[in-house]
Amino acid sequence: MKSSFITRNPSVLIFLALLALFTIAVTFMSEAFGAGLISTSFVKTLGKTLCLCLIAIAMDLVWGYCGILSLGHFAFFGLGGYMIGMWLMYARTEAIVISSLANAPIPPTAQEVTDAIGTQIFGVVGSSEFPAIWAFADSLFLQLVLVVLVPGALALVFGWLAFRSRVTGVYLSILTQAMTLALALYLFQNDSGLRGNNGLSGLQNLPGVTASQDTVSMWFLWGSALALGLGYLLAAWVVSGKFGSVIRGIRDDEARVRFLGYSVEGYKLFVFTLTAIIAAIAGALYYPQAGIINPAEVAPIASIYLAVWVAIGGRGRLYGAVIGAAFVSLISTWFTGGGAPDINLGFYKILWTDWWLVLLGLSFVTVTLLAPQGISGLFDRLAGFRSPRRHGAALGPDKGSLQEKEATE
Amino acid sequence: MIRHLLAAALTLLTALPLSAQETPVQDLLQTHRALIEKSSRKTIQPAIDALAASGLPQAQAVLQAWQDKDMWQREADGLFFKAEKIDKKTYRLTDFDSGRTMGEADKSTLDQQKPNSGIRALIGSALVQFQLSDPDPARRLDALTSIQRDPEAAHLAPLRASIDSEPDPDIRARKVRLATLLTIGYAKDETARIAAIESVSGDLDRDVRATLNPLVQTRRDVTAGDIAGDINVARILTPGAEDFPRDEAYALLVAKDLAPARISNDDIRNALAAHITEGKVGGIPVAQLDDPAKREQAYAALAAAGTVPPTALSEDVETALSDHIFFDAYADPSPAVTEAANKALKSIALNVGTMQALDLGLDALSLASIYFLAAIGLAITFGVMGVINMAHGEFIMMGAYTGYVVQQFVPNYTVSILLAIPLAFMVTFAAGVAMERLVIRWLYNRPLETLLATFGISIALQQLAKNIFGTQARPLTSPAWLDGAWVLNDVVGVSYIRIAIFVLALIFLAVFLFIMKKTRLGLETRAVTQNPRMAGSMGINPGRVNMLTFGLGSGIAGIAGVAIGLYAKVTSEMGADYIVQSFMTVVVGGVGNIWGTLLGATMIGFLQKGIEWFNPSNTLAAQTYMIIFIIIFIQFRPRGIIALKGRAAGD
Repeated sequence: MKSSFITRNPSVLIFLALLALFTIAVTFMSEAFGAGLISTSFVKTLGKTLCLCLIAIAMDLVWGYCGILSLGHFAFFGLGGYMIGMWLMYARTEAIVISSLANAPIPPTAQEVTDAIGTQIFGVVGSSEFPAIWAFADSLFLQLVLVVLVPGALALVFGWLAFRSRVTGVYLSILTQAMTLALALYLFQNDSGLRGNNGLSGLQNLPGVTASQDTVSMWFLWGSALALGLGYLLAAWVVSGKFGSVIRGIRDDEARVRFLGYSVEGYKLFVFTLTAIIAAIAGALYYPQAGIINPAEVAPIASIYLAVWVAIGGRGRLYGAVIGAAFVSLISTWFTGGGAPDINLGFYKILWTDWWLVLLGLSFVTVTLLAPQGISGLFDRLAGFRSPRRHGAALGPDKGSLQEKEATE
Repeated sequence: MIRHLLAAALTLLTALPLSAQETPVQDLLQTHRALIEKSSRKTIQPAIDALAASGLPQAQAVLQAWQDKDMWQREADGLFFKAEKIDKKTYRLTDFDSGRTMGEADKSTLDQQKPNSGIRALIGSALVQFQLSDPDPARRLDALTSIQRDPEAAHLAPLRASIDSEPDPDIRARKVRLATLLTIGYAKDETARIAAIESVSGDLDRDVRATLNPLVQTRRDVTAGDIAGDINVARILTPGAEDFPRDEAYALLVAKDLAPARISNDDIRNALAAHITEGKVGGIPVAQLDDPAKREQAYAALAAAGTVPPTALSEDVETALSDHIFFDAYADPSPAVTEAANKALKSIALNVGTMQALDLGLDALSLASIYFLAAIGLAITFGVMGVINMAHGEFIMMGAYTGYVVQQFVPNYTVSILLAIPLAFMVTFAAGVAMERLVIRWLYNRPLETLLATFGISIALQQLAKNIFGTQARPLTSPAWLDGAWVLNDVVGVSYIRIAIFVLALIFLAVFLFIMKKTRLGLETRAVTQNPRMAGSMGINPGRVNMLTFGLGSGIAGIAGVAIGLYAKVTSEMGADYIVQSFMTVVVGGVGNIWGTLLGATMIGFLQKGIEWFNPSNTLAAQTYMIIFIIIFIQFRPRGIIALKGRAAGD
């Protein structure tokens, strides 16, 4: 069974091999374990990019395969980050408080320790009480469970409500966007219990770990690579079998699948929730590398960028999502970080830090218009299994169903 | 002393010839000379009263000069003059009675009268009666305003006295009203106060509330035995009740010296830290002191040894609390007055509540019209054509920036706004047509990709605006005739800009209905929307119609941008702030129906204001709950409030 899965999906092996190669190469070039050719901050950027690739896979699964253009997956990403961030912040503050109170002549009571931690964490929002949602913050295990549970439950409830009432297409997109906006606005409040617009900070410091950031960032890179590999395997496995056929069928013609007797809502709900969980895990790996999380990360715009990555990379192909996320986010870093040389036109100097978003927006329009298959369309050409150029009819009667020439899977 | 005697002697000598010239004020001043010279707040009153009651026309000038520290006494003869500074040393003297200049004098021969602030206040209240019956109405009004700002018991009598002689009916009404308020606050007669309180019951003015509230203010007090009879008790408190925790009750006892203080946990810890001997405190090893019980034990041991002051134990607190009666007492001693005041306040609160509801309704209406303005263009592009335009918000922004640019060239705000509206329409119409031709028409069958492509345009436009206009907010100034507000009473008021936006929304609605129902373009648009192929067969060019319709929707967004820019600041992100709400408005109302959009905007506006009313400080939470409500609402009416039925519904 296993071998047949691989033979049916040769791209999985290639992807995993490339990922392993990449990880090993970075390891040998890192400051912690190798020649020191790439700086720790760049290792962090690469690690974060791997997490973004993972959420792009989730997005591809839900949009490229199931046809649900969710503009809310960064909300799950952010929630995952918040859940792990709560533990990181609590545990680290606790360590600091205990070590500072240890110098006091009288050993502190448990209440004093808790109060001191509360003041440290919530001082910025003018409070020192622990809100109820921090009840499990002292336990890494429980917070890790919450990383999966909270976004999963949110996706389940939201998806159930939305799919049950047959909200589809652009309505669903707008609804998911509204959900993200609601979450972001909620988190922006000071009394949300998650430090308002200050967000959670200092997440790059692992409590109880004395290793330098050079080493820690490598650990996270490995962890992210592993998660990406596993996520890719899982996604490839999900889309390869009958299940994959059904969700592609839902994408192309939902009504027909429903008439064939499949529980369309159930399938959609499963995919939506699964991808939300993958997104949350990606977020839980991303934010310790970023070091800070605040509600702006959850803003609707982030989720739209996610759709941009997947579209540019090529939806309906898992490696396309990965390529799109890696390519666009790295090139964004390059342009906005001042890496790109400015162009002097004589009368006007194009500063890429200012003009990059304009370029991105326009190239995005171009890709959508001219190359709906994105970058991964190039691979199809290379592989030679480009479908014949029939300016075919739509595969389904629904607006937006794939055209014949687009459907190569 | 000698100096005084000398001065008195001189006065006797000089007063004789002067009195021949009719100097009533100077005589009066001389009569009370000793008091004036002594200048003490406690004894000065007769002097002031004598001046005020003298009925002399010059009395006001004297009091004024005295209050302003312009009254000087000539040391030689003890006479009082108004003195003006000429230079550092020299002063010009003016006689109070005749108003004539009495020559110049050296400063060293003069003695300035320097009433302290207490005396100046007394003079001030004496002056009030003059001002209240001043022939100049403006000064009478000034006096009323100053009394209103800083009411005093002393103002009541002169105010009442001045009412009868008041010729101007408006000022008279104000005087009567102010007298009523002063009566409530300061009158000695209880029945008069109660009658005054009842007369203002239900009045919405802020002054009334400001007068009544101090009457019913309470202070918290405690007594060991029975409550003294002269205390006007508001209510008896039970320690441990929800609004009166035991800690607070005990703190009150401590503050009144009725119970010993409890030492705080921090102080206990510090005391323990100060008394560590050989790793132990009070016989308990330091390492065990992370337990609160052990800490108390150690402290008790220290207290028993006399090294630290004892602290009250929990039993002591218990008995102390049960031995005392805690109560809230009114500041005003008369129960009848406080009862009447409470009753009046209650009826005022009811009226205020009604008015606030009205105000909230008006606020909600204006918010709804803003949402409607932002959404109406979208109702055309999304509602009628089914095209998702994420760049709609950026068209709003473009309209607002057009208004800003026009104001840079046309300084007259009225003209510039009138110019900006058609210009904004043209700019965004052109942008909309260009976008439709270049991008959207290739994507008519792929709505999700339209969403993404227009989003790409949206971020490009946003960044472009940022590059051109910078990140800071740009002002779009409204003409002066739109400043200010329509004020109904102290509670209800609507700014003219909001009214203008409301009117604009109504105009837009009318224009939209006219275009859709009465014009060729509207007819063709509806035809193309329902069945493009059939419309094409009938000789309509669907491409052209789509282009114009999209341009129209975008152009309306541009005009909305000018209106919103007047109301909020113009930034490159202003469009993004409205885009989700606009889509919500259209979706909630029902796609494809302008009345639905109107209802959707009204619902969202009222809902948001309603939620804000529960928690006014938190608009973020209001928006959160509103979106959640909308998500749930869509569960029950997935096609909006007004759902299209049959073929028009599309799928």
